[in-house]
Amino acid sequence: MSSLDWRMPRWFHQMGSPKWFYEWGGRLQSWFALAALVLLGWGMIWGLAFAPADYQQGNSFRIMYVHVPAAILSQSIFVSMAVAGAIGIIWKMKVAFMVARSCIAIGATFTAIALLTGAIWGKPTWGTYWVWDARLTSTLVLLFLYAGVMALNQAISERQTAGKATAILALVGTINIPIIKYSVEWWNTLHQSSSFSLTEKPTMPAEMYVPLLLTVLGSYCLFALLVLMRTRTQILQTQGHTKWLTQHPDIEGV
Amino acid sequence: MAMVPKRRNKLLLIVGLLTGVAIIVSLVLYALSQNINLFFSPSDMAQGKAPIEKRIRAGGMVREGSLTRAGDSLKVSFLITDFVEDVNVTYDGILPDLFREGQGIVAQGKLNSQGVFVADEVLAKHDENYMPPEVTQALNDAQSKTQQKSQNTELTQ
Repeated sequence: MSSLDWRMPRWFHQMGSPKWFYEWGGRLQSWFALAALVLLGWGMIWGLAFAPADYQQGNSFRIMYVHVPAAILSQSIFVSMAVAGAIGIIWKMKVAFMVARSCIAIGATFTAIALLTGAIWGKPTWGTYWVWDARLTSTLVLLFLYAGVMALNQAISERQTAGKATAILALVGTINIPIIKYSVEWWNTLHQSSSFSLTEKPTMPAEMYVPLLLTVLGSYCLFALLVLMRTRTQILQTQGHTKWLTQHPDIEGV
Repeated sequence: MAMVPKRRNKLLLIVGLLTGVAIIVSLVLYALSQNINLFFSPSDMAQGKAPIEKRIRAGGMVREGSLTRAGDSLKVSFLITDFVEDVNVTYDGILPDLFREGQGIVAQGKLNSQGVFVADEVLAKHDENYMPPEVTQALNDAQSKTQQKSQNTELTQ
């Protein structure tokens, strides 16, 4: 069993301390905010206004610059939520449960954006808003999973129990993520296979690909910013009795 | 301090849970795999896997040069292929904007006993490539140049 007897690095345990997370999160927040603003702003303006139109779809393909980042994030956030929940269970870390809780609404919103922009894009190109193929159906299931995690979290009042229960649900739901990702490869679908991959050559020229890369990275930075903000808020809400917080400048006068 | 046994056990429990769920879901998906496909390919229809006179979907690439339009109505017919088998599709209506030969489609309708797919809905299937118009112009020019060249060499031989 010696292969499992490793030590987690110090920073891992440090991140679990609400005080440490609050301070460091606060500093990182500003950097992520700046990065998100620059990357998303640059990517969106370039992609929506200046990238060349597609030879077949014309300008309607530009919705890709909103749809693809939203879809990618919706899946990554679900996995992050499950991982954070697992860490909370294994290391009994409050902060990990808070991070997982922060992910729920953000991920659900990105999923909804992906589904709506996809439907809007589908009507002029495919000829329909919706079809029950594997990719679209599994993404809708993802939205339902987020809703389930949200409902479960609100149903249980004791925070640690809520954290554990939602973590289990999120972990079980993670099986949906490879299904979504590979649905276009494994089965006949209307949705086309991936245009965007970090490991393969892009299926579009640089003037179309780079703004997409920027919007994806910018969306990740936005996600990081929102998670930090929401987790730090939860720390303020639940750690009010601790010494480090009662003397903290952030809650002066409260 | 090595990883506490309690933590290790919880980690193993979670990994075990995930593996179990993965196995169950894989088996369920395998059992249902016929029903998860959105459409039947021409090979499926040629092999008799598609039910006759039942509402189904058929998908494939429109064969170049196979599109024929009736002069007096919206009726069209074309061949779809998966490069192994071909199926004849007939449709009465307005085709989607992105419909063209050499592009994929997914049609909904019935396969009749003569092996013709009578569609009442045709959707255009888009591939994952995006190109600005200048690039396609350049490609078309290059293609017609090589065609010209091979024609010239044929003539001179």
